[in-house]
Parts: sequence; C-alpha cells; structure tokens
Amino acid sequence: MNNAPSSVVSAKKLGLTFETSDGPVHALSNVDLTVNKGDFVSFIGPSGCGKTTFLRVIADLEKATAGEITVNGMTPEEARKSRSYGYVFQAPALYPWRTIEKNIALPLEIMGYSAADRKARIERTLDLVNLAGFGKKYPWQLSGGMQQRASIARALAFDADLLLMDEPFGALDEIVRDHLNEQLLKLWARTQKTICFVTHSIPEAVYLSTRIVVMSPRPGRVTDVIESTLPKERPLEIRETPEFLEIAHRVREGLRAGHSYEE
Amino acid sequence: MKRVLHSWQGAVALVLCLVALTSLPLMAEDAPSPFGTGAIVMVFLLVAGAALVSFTKLSQPLLATILFVAAHLAVWLLLAGITGNEGKATLAFFLLVAACWLLAWRCVTVLSHISPKSGAGDTFLRLLIPAIFGAWILILWEAATRGAGIPFIILPPPSSIGARLVSSVPILWADVQQTIFKAVLFGYVVGCASGFVVAILADRIAFLRRGLLPIGNMVSALPIIGVAPIMVMWFGFDWQSKAAVVIIMTFFPMLVNTVAGLGASGAMERDLMRSYASDYWQTLIKLRLPAAMPFIFNALKINSTLALIGAIVAEFFGTPIVGMGFRISTEIGRMNVDMVWAEIAVAALIGSVFYGVVALGERATTFWHPSNRGG
Repeated sequence: MNNAPSSVVSAKKLGLTFETSDGPVHALSNVDLTVNKGDFVSFIGPSGCGKTTFLRVIADLEKATAGEITVNGMTPEEARKSRSYGYVFQAPALYPWRTIEKNIALPLEIMGYSAADRKARIERTLDLVNLAGFGKKYPWQLSGGMQQRASIARALAFDADLLLMDEPFGALDEIVRDHLNEQLLKLWARTQKTICFVTHSIPEAVYLSTRIVVMSPRPGRVTDVIESTLPKERPLEIRETPEFLEIAHRVREGLRAGHSYEE
Repeated sequence: MKRVLHSWQGAVALVLCLVALTSLPLMAEDAPSPFGTGAIVMVFLLVAGAALVSFTKLSQPLLATILFVAAHLAVWLLLAGITGNEGKATLAFFLLVAACWLLAWRCVTVLSHISPKSGAGDTFLRLLIPAIFGAWILILWEAATRGAGIPFIILPPPSSIGARLVSSVPILWADVQQTIFKAVLFGYVVGCASGFVVAILADRIAFLRRGLLPIGNMVSALPIIGVAPIMVMWFGFDWQSKAAVVIIMTFFPMLVNTVAGLGASGAMERDLMRSYASDYWQTLIKLRLPAAMPFIFNALKINSTLALIGAIVAEFFGTPIVGMGFRISTEIGRMNVDMVWAEIAVAALIGSVFYGVVALGERATTFWHPSNRGG
C-alpha cells in the first residue's frame, strides 16, 4: 500500500503482449499513468493503440504481461472480486429476456443486495439517466440511446466508485451523443465517481475530461497527457470557446505526433 | 370479362359443368341405385349458380358464404349418391366433384382477402381456412376411393376410418395409455432431462466435453431406432423397453443442442458477468441458460417427434397385446387397414398436440428472441 489514498488506478511500466500466430503483438508497452479519485480521464487514439486494452487490464478482463498496476490499491483481480468498478461496453449488452429494471437488478442480484434495496437503487439510477417510467420495457423496445443509458444505469446501480466506459456512445448519432455527453457530465458531478472513458472523438474527449491521455499504436503507448483547463461546469456551447479549441488542437497535435513514424 | 377472369375457378367450374352435362349419367349403366333426376338437377344448379355468383360484385363475406354452402352441399349430394354404387362413378361425376373443389378454392381465395377488424374474427378465419383446406383433402380422398372403387386394402375411404375410430375408442384409448402415457412421456422426460444434465457436466468437465461431445454429435446423426430389438431383449416386452428406446433417441439431440446453446451467449455479455465477479452458477443461471433456451426448445421439439416414432416402432419388435405400434403391426397382418389408419390418425393428433404444447412453452420462454418478438 505505497500508493497515495487518492490514486484509484496506478500503472507503472505496464505492458501487454498478445502471442499470435503471426508473432507477438505489443498491445501496450511502458504505460505509466495515475488516475486520481474524482478524475474524468479520457483515453484517445487511433484503433489499435491499446486504449480499450488498457481499460480491460484495469477491469481484469485482460492480464498485463509486464509492469505493475493497482486498482484501489489492489491487484486488478482483487479489485474485480471486491466489485470496485462498473464497466460500460461499446454496446449496451442488455439481456433481452429481462426488462430494463431487471437488467439493472442483475448486478445487484449477483452481489446479494436485498430486494428492498434493489428496488430503491433501480428507481434512483433510472432517474439518474432519465429513464424513469421505462423500467418495465424490454431493451428491444427502446432506442439505441436509451439502451446505452440503461446500461450506464446498470453500472451505476452498485457501490463502485470507478466507472470504466469503453466507447459507450460510439454507435450513436451526433445529436444523441451530445445529449448523452451533457448528461454524463451532470451525472459525474452528482455521483463524484472516478471515470475512465475511451473514445476516438476529440471533441468528446475535450468536452468531458479533466485529463486526456493521448495514445498511439504499434506498440500501444501513452504519448501525451493533457490537463484540461476548462471549468467543471461545462455547457455544450463551451465547445466554441477559444480555450476548448486550444485543448482540442493540442490533442490533435499529440495524435499526429504519434503517427509521425508512418507515412 | 375481367370479373370472369378474376374468378377463373368459377369460369373453369362452369366449363366442367357443361362437359359433365354432355357426358351424363353420373354412374355407370349397371349401377344398382343411380342418382335421381332431382339430385342431379340440384347439383348442377348449385355448382353453376355459385360459379355465376362468383363473377358478381357481392360483398366478400356474403360471396364466401354462398360459395361455401353451395360447394359443400353439392359435393355432399355427390358423395351421398355413391352409396350402393361403389366403383361405378363416371367421368361426369368426377368433373362435378372437381367443379365443387374449384368453388371451394374460390371460397378460400375470397376468405384469404378478408382482413377482419376484430381479433376473434381474425382467429376464426385463421382456423377456418386451413379447416376447409383439410376437409377437401378428405373429400377428394373419399370421392376417389369410393367413386373409383379403390380396393379397401390399398386405401380405405376416410369415412370408414372415421367409423372404425369411433367404434374402437376403448381399444385406442388403451393403446394410447400404454404407448404415450407410459413409454413416450417417461422416456421423453428422462431422455431430455439426462441430456440436459450431461450437457451441463460436459460444460464443467473438460474430458467429457472433449470425449463425449464428438461421439454425441455422431450418434445423434445415427438411426438409433435400430437398437429397439436389443432394448426389448434387455428390458422385456413391456413399456420399459420402449421407454429405453425413447431415452436413447432423445438423449443425444438434447445433449448436442444444450451444449451448443451454452456457447451461444456473447463475449461481451460474459465479460459483463466477469466484471461483477459472478461465479459459475450465477453466470449459468442468469446468462447462459436463458441464452441457450432457443436451442433447448429446438431439441424439445425435435425430441417430441422422435419420441413418438421411437415408441411406436419399438413396439413392432414385441409387446404385450396392447400399444399403438403393436396394434399397427398386428392389424395390418389381419388386413384391417382401417384400424391401422385409425391408429395413425390418433398418433398424428397426439403428435400435433405434443408439438403444440412444446411450441407454446417456447413462445412463453423465448419471447425475447428476434424470431418471436413480432408475434
């Protein structure tokens, strides 16, 4: 326990190599990164830069092959077994045979929450993602955006302070996406969770984050970490301010630098 | 002209009527009790009248009713006229039967175009159309067998099969109890349950999965019915040996389908369970079994047919003197073909009910599956 209590994720010289029939693939190499409590950290980079892999290592869905990583001061496996994070996937991954409220109840059932507690939490999280009144619907009766909000509600229902989001809005159209980004920020402010957010949209990363981690591929590595100077209160219009554009420019430069060794 | 072409069945029925008129009488010269003139006139009036009505612009329900009544009344008169004249029907008779059939066809076509407002009306039509269709298979069968005098041994008419069915209810009921309630149900439940349990074990235990499954895949493609005589040697003549055949026949399809179903859940859904630190049984019950349900019901449906075949055929190899398979094999030897057909009809009825119950269970359990969502 030599981590400061405020660090939620701490990676040192982290590496992950997949052994494939075409030889080793270096998905991650030498990643040093600390995520502090209450941070909203975005990971941005082109496909294959290891941003999703890094998130999956935090979640103990993949094992690192080199270096060290702690989550809440524990190994990722211990952290997973103590249910310390909620994970939102690229697709909603709601179970079609369960209603929305039963889907949100799924982690609560597995983790052994009481029936009364489950009911209260379902109501609260449905409210939090603006889906009150849709609890009795089946996932396939809702739009894509509503489904993804339900999957966020599911990740918020239990007491995990860390929220891992893997391109949660990647499959949605721009208008829905803007709306959900705005809601996500409000939700973050209200719940005070720590959020790690994978995206490949520069405006999304800049709009949401307190820190932006720029990554580049082959091997997957961190090329820049940008601290956002934007205020915590962010209306959608902030995206037209010079300050916002300045940060977006830095991110774009970082991405370009990562690509410079290619043609 | 357009309306005549539109109801081409009516037009052809009229032509058939005219040809029949030129080739009267309806029965051969030496027929013991030929048609009365009144009956003949009646049939012609009904057929020709209904054919002409089908060209008009009457409302669809009224038109369908007229066609329905005329076609069935006329064909009933024709069939009733065969009595005493078996095998004496002439070309004119069959032409008129064909004309009636065309009118019924027109009636079904009209009915198919009606889209009722109420749910009850919709259900009524959904049942009526196949019922008319099925009834005409029996009517044509009856007219062909009795009208043309097809030997009873080759194909008995449905009317005598029906009469035999009604007069042998106690025997048929005893057969059903022996074959269905004992052999089929017991074998089906045990076979499906053990296939399911072994599938779960194979999922848990690697050597079973790698050793038993390839064999299971192979065996489920074999005609296992061949082991029936061996089962009779092992378990005796009574229903236990038939249940054993049914167990063997239903076990492997259930095993193979359940194993396939357990692998049907998506990687992302399984990652989700892992992120909750869900244990094996929680993941099995909350994710993998629900996802496997379409596969499991597939096996239950296949097995409902296989169980029936297995039990009936196994009885061909020795039984006490009761059972559907026993009855079929002995009655065919005694040339009581109508009894064989009666057993077949009972088996068909039970098979449909069995399948229907399983299908209803499937609809209730896998309502969420994309193939069921609409209905």
